[in-house]
Amino acid sequence: MDQHSFLFQAMVYLAAAVIMVPVAKKLGLGSVLGYLLAGVVIGPALLGFIGKEGQDIMHFAEFGVVMMLFIIGLELEPELLWKLRKPIIGLGGLQVLITAVVIAGIALAFGLSWKPALALGMILSLSSTAIVLQTLNEKGLMKSSAGQSSFSVLLFQDIAVIPMLALFPLLATFKKENTAAADHGTTGWVSSLPGWGQTLVVLGSVAVIIIAGRYLVRPLFRIVAATRLRELFTATALLLVVGIAVLMTFVGLSPALGTFLAGVVLANSEYRHELESDIDPFKGLLLGLFFIAVGASIDFNLILQNPGTIIGLVLLLMLVKAVVLFVLGRIFKMGIDQNMLFAFALSQVGEFAFVLFSFSLQEGILPKRVTDIMMAVVAISMGLTPLVMLINEKFIQPFAGTKTSASEKEADAIDERNPVIIAGFGHFGNTVGRFLRAHGIGATILDIDSDRVDLLRRMGFKVYYGDASRYDLLHAAGAAHAKLIIIALEPAEKRLEMIETIKKHFPDLRMLVRAENRFDAYDLMNAGMLHVYRETVDTALRVGVDAMKFLGHRTYSAKRASRTFLKYDEQNLKKLASIRENEQYINTARELIEELEKIIQADMQDKTLSTDTGWDEDTLIADAAGGGLSVKS
Amino acid sequence: MAKILVLFAHPALEKSRVHKRMLRRIPQTENVLLNDLYETYPDLDIDIRAEQQLLLQHDIIIWQHPFYWYSAPAIIKQWIDLVLEHGWAYGTGGKALAGKLIFNAISSGGSFEAYSKNGRNRFTIKDFLLPFEQTAVLCNMNYLPPFVVPGTHRLSNDAIELYALQYEQLLVSLSHNRISPDEWAGVNYLNELVPIPQTIQS
Repeated sequence: MDQHSFLFQAMVYLAAAVIMVPVAKKLGLGSVLGYLLAGVVIGPALLGFIGKEGQDIMHFAEFGVVMMLFIIGLELEPELLWKLRKPIIGLGGLQVLITAVVIAGIALAFGLSWKPALALGMILSLSSTAIVLQTLNEKGLMKSSAGQSSFSVLLFQDIAVIPMLALFPLLATFKKENTAAADHGTTGWVSSLPGWGQTLVVLGSVAVIIIAGRYLVRPLFRIVAATRLRELFTATALLLVVGIAVLMTFVGLSPALGTFLAGVVLANSEYRHELESDIDPFKGLLLGLFFIAVGASIDFNLILQNPGTIIGLVLLLMLVKAVVLFVLGRIFKMGIDQNMLFAFALSQVGEFAFVLFSFSLQEGILPKRVTDIMMAVVAISMGLTPLVMLINEKFIQPFAGTKTSASEKEADAIDERNPVIIAGFGHFGNTVGRFLRAHGIGATILDIDSDRVDLLRRMGFKVYYGDASRYDLLHAAGAAHAKLIIIALEPAEKRLEMIETIKKHFPDLRMLVRAENRFDAYDLMNAGMLHVYRETVDTALRVGVDAMKFLGHRTYSAKRASRTFLKYDEQNLKKLASIRENEQYINTARELIEELEKIIQADMQDKTLSTDTGWDEDTLIADAAGGGLSVKS
Repeated sequence: MAKILVLFAHPALEKSRVHKRMLRRIPQTENVLLNDLYETYPDLDIDIRAEQQLLLQHDIIIWQHPFYWYSAPAIIKQWIDLVLEHGWAYGTGGKALAGKLIFNAISSGGSFEAYSKNGRNRFTIKDFLLPFEQTAVLCNMNYLPPFVVPGTHRLSNDAIELYALQYEQLLVSLSHNRISPDEWAGVNYLNELVPIPQTIQS
């Protein structure tokens, strides 16, 4: 490839990504589908910018998968794994196992032999981490029991990819295709060894990774970090990943497995976040490239010839997955509509399928005809996810389980019209709610965690289930008659959405809004909010008061100082919010630091922060010495 | 032995010269309890039951505070408003405090001369303390004349130290019941019952 055509290629790929990914995100389809679409557009099916060389690109881009596994390894916190061990192993393990077996059975019925059928089952049992987590996060459902269960299952699936990659070569039924990435011509040396020698080399290299990760890499990073050259750190991180990949291919193991292992070893090191943020863009770009290549390689003729088969397969697949998930949800005692959400959210096939399909093509497990059809099926199932979630939310939830209306008897609802509405009954909202209830102030609660909703109803609270930013729910909860609404739900975007709805439909309702931090507070103030409560500031000042107390300061003085500081800080916040540009969002650490600098400088300029002159006798004493008047006698 | 409860109120003790020294001289015995109100209730939300229990356990109560604007710092008023409940401290059945002794121990910026009919403040300190006296009487307590550290704006640290010694002497005498009702009824200020060196009385 000469330089001109290389640059042209790069331009085509980047342009396709830059155009299609935002479009796909706007349509609620997620970035993975955006890349796939970009590949379809520039591929032979439509524009034909890329043809044969798409395959080469794909092998190069597969390195993104290696990096992804490194990052998955880095993100595996032992404590989190231990805490979620039951749902991860129980729920996640059973989901993968049962789904794989059922799908393999269906594939057998379709006439595949058992090896490819099993491979297909394993591949299709996975769901899309990227799509599901993003969707649940956007809807503020991560903390609900469906969200937590989904997270556990996805985590198990991510880990399950490793043994799958290790297992797949054993499932090969026919000769490998010659383009395989694993054939870098380096396996020769090891394969010439006897069996026990190979095992020894493999175990040895795993030991090398673990020992080097523990005792060599850390000091190396320390030295590199001391140079304070950021790009050198990035280079070291890349060298680490590439080096392990080379070592693993050399001994004939999966590079993904090696980097995953390295990630786990480094997960507890102090450079974890640094490594993550350095590798992440490379991973993102290479994976993007990989998905583009996948999109470009989809054989559209095949699909256009069998539209019925494809649609049928998509529906069958999603149904099978959803049913298995639903049954598991029942066994794990999930509430009916949390269970529906859980089943629908995870019913698609994930982006890992593309990786495993291309891998199984190389390894000669599945024929190209099958992978072509299945890739289309997977892509469509991913594309349908937002739609399926919407259908669940709009048409199934209202009829299954937790009802949107709080009580069956409408008359009752009108009798006990509450002056306060609390949106979001998590740790923040429930503290406010309990406090008000303790003083006989009735509050209507809006919450999106249906298990919590059921519990609260049993406890006699008036609770509405659903998305609190929706007009109909607010209306049903009596927003037209309430005196004030406490907006305590997460995430921040949802709060802003809710504020817009209320401003439009219930302009007389006073809003008290929780803010996560300063920047959140700026956004809320710019949205016209007058009553903004930063959740960290009061607590932090209480710590400050106690610190002063333990250092020997008087409690009352410390308390007063903290109240003065709070008032000053709130004023300062208003001032900074007003001079802030509307669309300016704090993204980088640098901007965060600049903001902090501004705040601290303002602190230093304000000399009135620590003086209560009313109790100061200096001027009186001076007056007395000079014989002047003194009132405070 | 009489048990003494010192109800101390100073919103900014770190700035005080007089009360810091007086506190240091309060006898550290089981018969004297220092109740530092601003330290205990920085939010001014006084624990009424706890305060009433303390009152029941002691025979002599002292409001110790600087003399702000001819009265006490805010928390003393808050304490009186909340703790001296009707039906407990006064009114029908309100006999819980009957017979106890109570008085103010204060520091004032102005001297005794400034607090006289012809002085700048036109009334005596005793006059200004009338609301406290009547509060005590309504609660069936015996209100003693105040102990005063006067003219603090012109006092040297050494002079303040002597007043603090005098305060200590007063507390020791009171706790040993060495001051008879006749004695305290006959003076304007408790200072007069505990002599201090002539030099600082001028």
